[in-house]
Amino acid sequence: MGSMLLKRVLAAIPSLIGVVIVTFLLTRALPGDPAAYFAGPAATKEAIEQIRATLGLDQPLIIQFFHYVVDLAHGDLGKSLTTGQPVAEEIRARLPASAELTLLGLIVSMAIAIPLGIMAATKPGSIIDHTCRIVTTAGVSLPVFFTGLILVYVFYYLLGWAPAPLGRLDVFYSAPPTVTGFYLIDSLIARDPETFVAALKQLILPALTLGIFSLAPIARMTRASMLSVLSSDFVRTARASGLAPYTVIVTYAFRNAMLPVITTLGMVFSFLLGANVLVEKVFAWPGIGSFAVEALIASDFAPVQGFVLTMAILYVALNLLIDVLYGLIDPRVRLEA
Amino acid sequence: MKRRDFLKSMTALAAGGAVSAPAVFSPARAQGRQETLLIVSESGPNNLDIHGIGTNVPGYEVSWNCYDRLISHEMKTLPNGTQYYDRDKFKLELADDMNIGDMSVTFKLKKNATFQDGKPVTAKDVKWSLDRAVTVGGFPTFQMGAGSLTKPEQFVVLDDNTIRVDFLTKDRLTIPDLAVIVPCVVNSELVKSKVTDKDPWGLEYTKLNTAGSGAYRVTTWNAGSEVILERFDNWKGGPLPKMRRIIWRMVPSAGNRRALLERGDADISYDLPNKDFVELRDAGKLNIVSTPYSNGIQYIGMNVKTPPFDNLKVRQAIAYAIPYQKIMDAALFGLAKPLYGAPADAKTEPVWPEAHKYNTDLAKAKQLLAEAGYPEGFETTLSFDLGFAGVNEPICVLTQESLAQIGIKTTINKIPGATWRTELNKKVMPLYTNVFSGWLDYPEYFFIWCYHGKNSIFNTMSYQSPEMDKLIDGAGAAASVGDKATYDKDVDGFVDLAFADIPRIPLYQPYVNVAMQKNISGYQYWFHRRLDYRALAKG
Repeated sequence: MGSMLLKRVLAAIPSLIGVVIVTFLLTRALPGDPAAYFAGPAATKEAIEQIRATLGLDQPLIIQFFHYVVDLAHGDLGKSLTTGQPVAEEIRARLPASAELTLLGLIVSMAIAIPLGIMAATKPGSIIDHTCRIVTTAGVSLPVFFTGLILVYVFYYLLGWAPAPLGRLDVFYSAPPTVTGFYLIDSLIARDPETFVAALKQLILPALTLGIFSLAPIARMTRASMLSVLSSDFVRTARASGLAPYTVIVTYAFRNAMLPVITTLGMVFSFLLGANVLVEKVFAWPGIGSFAVEALIASDFAPVQGFVLTMAILYVALNLLIDVLYGLIDPRVRLEA
Repeated sequence: MKRRDFLKSMTALAAGGAVSAPAVFSPARAQGRQETLLIVSESGPNNLDIHGIGTNVPGYEVSWNCYDRLISHEMKTLPNGTQYYDRDKFKLELADDMNIGDMSVTFKLKKNATFQDGKPVTAKDVKWSLDRAVTVGGFPTFQMGAGSLTKPEQFVVLDDNTIRVDFLTKDRLTIPDLAVIVPCVVNSELVKSKVTDKDPWGLEYTKLNTAGSGAYRVTTWNAGSEVILERFDNWKGGPLPKMRRIIWRMVPSAGNRRALLERGDADISYDLPNKDFVELRDAGKLNIVSTPYSNGIQYIGMNVKTPPFDNLKVRQAIAYAIPYQKIMDAALFGLAKPLYGAPADAKTEPVWPEAHKYNTDLAKAKQLLAEAGYPEGFETTLSFDLGFAGVNEPICVLTQESLAQIGIKTTINKIPGATWRTELNKKVMPLYTNVFSGWLDYPEYFFIWCYHGKNSIFNTMSYQSPEMDKLIDGAGAAASVGDKATYDKDVDGFVDLAFADIPRIPLYQPYVNVAMQKNISGYQYWFHRRLDYRALAKG
């Protein structure tokens, strides 16, 4: 098992090198001129050239790439010009914010989608099946920023139930001491229930927004997978042997239907992590997606490169995790396969 | 009722409130809220030091509130009650005395002024800071140069408490330039201890830390999400500010900034779309203050180096074809000061910005176009900066529609914010809309950047005219010796010429719009258009 993991990690290295080269070239091919942008509105040509030299952007591309790779080897992802911070630090601070939100969104989504999918599969063509179809279609066809704004409008502006959409915590709370970077976990570690509740309150609306958006693939996949399992021989045998419907569906059928659902979950998670930019914008969430987009707009190279690289590493890690999970759920699946 | 009982009952009440409405603050937090100002805006600083490389405009706001300058400006009250900085009246900030000589100005420092770490402010700190401003390069050096402050030798330490600034030439902008944001006084001992060979001015340290003697210091800065500032209680630059703490949160969605204001959660916001400001003003729940940009205009520019805009008649035709009123109504919702359609007999005044006499008159535009040799019109592109698309896009669409009626076909070219300045610098865009505003509010200052033949980057039209140069230089020279008659004549002259040659068509003077809760007072308009926390109060 251990050597298998190592092999998989090694196999990912060429693709990571590819990502490094491609993002470097792509960011250089962007039309913007960072020197002109950061020289400010009142810059003269000389001032722009001065800044270009300070940023090292006056050197040939190959030299710039060499510097970038050397820095990277030292764990230095460069500095963001828009925020003025080292990119590695920014990502370290922002990734937990995005991950916490995305995970909670995924949990919300699973809590709704999986039961819905199972129920729809047990009674195809029934009201519950149609409800599942309508909910998933609606969820996937409403743009996230729209759902987010509607939720803010109703639950914050009109009803006043939700707290102000001001990021991870209300302004008068201070963040719990960082252990994991997840406020919910850190506040529990710090035994600070008040902060836990405050952080949870801030999370509800954005997580719900993400959850609604990602309902569809999970519910549909659960339904399809359950349908095929439910029509298989062993389920018929189980039913014929007089097992209770609950045992048949949950213990026998669902466990066997889980594999494709797990694959979908993995894809949805990594997709959400990158794609929740709009949710982050709506809820002023200090996440990694909005950071990357802002950098892109300012043609700020280092954060964009750092973001893509982090995402690539996450994808690799996530795929590995899913493969390991496969083996646990279904002993017939081997890592080598 | 006894105090103790009262407190008990209040606590019980607050606790009861907390159960029924989770948004209510606990008593300690409510107290904190009274002394805390919550500002929401779209974007935040990228650097806490205005001397840094590429510090953005929100960064200027931090510098303004965390550092002192030798001098600053007094306030005056506009007819609508707004506090507005007085261009001509200076106030002493770090200086205790200012003595203007013929070719120099001498400042005595306040004896008891200290930096936020407790060290006294000395003339050495002032010299080091001014030297830094004129040598670091980029924007700060450029801005110092605008007031003929270019060499470290100009700043002479007389004793621990006295510094003299020598003039290179007689320039009336030198003193005002010492009151802008750039010549701020930095704690030189502290920053010097952080310098490296690669970074002789300690810019890396001041990028992340404030090291001044100003009224506030930054205690927390999470780039892109929040800045928290605490009051420096030992501030000597003016009366102690009312607000103990400033929390400045970045809220990217304009809709949410508005919701936060309307729900009463945020205290101040100042970058909302014009439509929202108009609606908020009409709703009357908040205080909305609109003030025209000092020395700033939005304009349509034309590249006079290339046909067809090298032809005066074509430029005049465009000036008669702009749908001025529609732009005011549909793009700005009336929140701007019109700079067009002055009566035909209006006399030119020696001020700027000033309205020109062009109006929307399509028949006249068509006739001028025919006289210029383009009876069928022509094709061109109309460019704008996507970074300010909210206003720029409707302006361009309305202009496109209007120009089509006189046969000019325009393609709209949307340029992303990051590339806009690069494009402006190339000076090849034939037709575009843009904003320019100068910190120093003097007509000749605007014209030297925008119309002078030395072709600075703001002369986006590449306009060259020896006559114009003579008038601009003449006004500058007259101002430095106080010759008001010649000055007025020259200013009238260059304004008239700018309107007659019309290389750029002024549209309007934009407004700075600030929305705040009714219990917030003390808003001041400054040339830099950012907030001054020191005067703000709550309740």
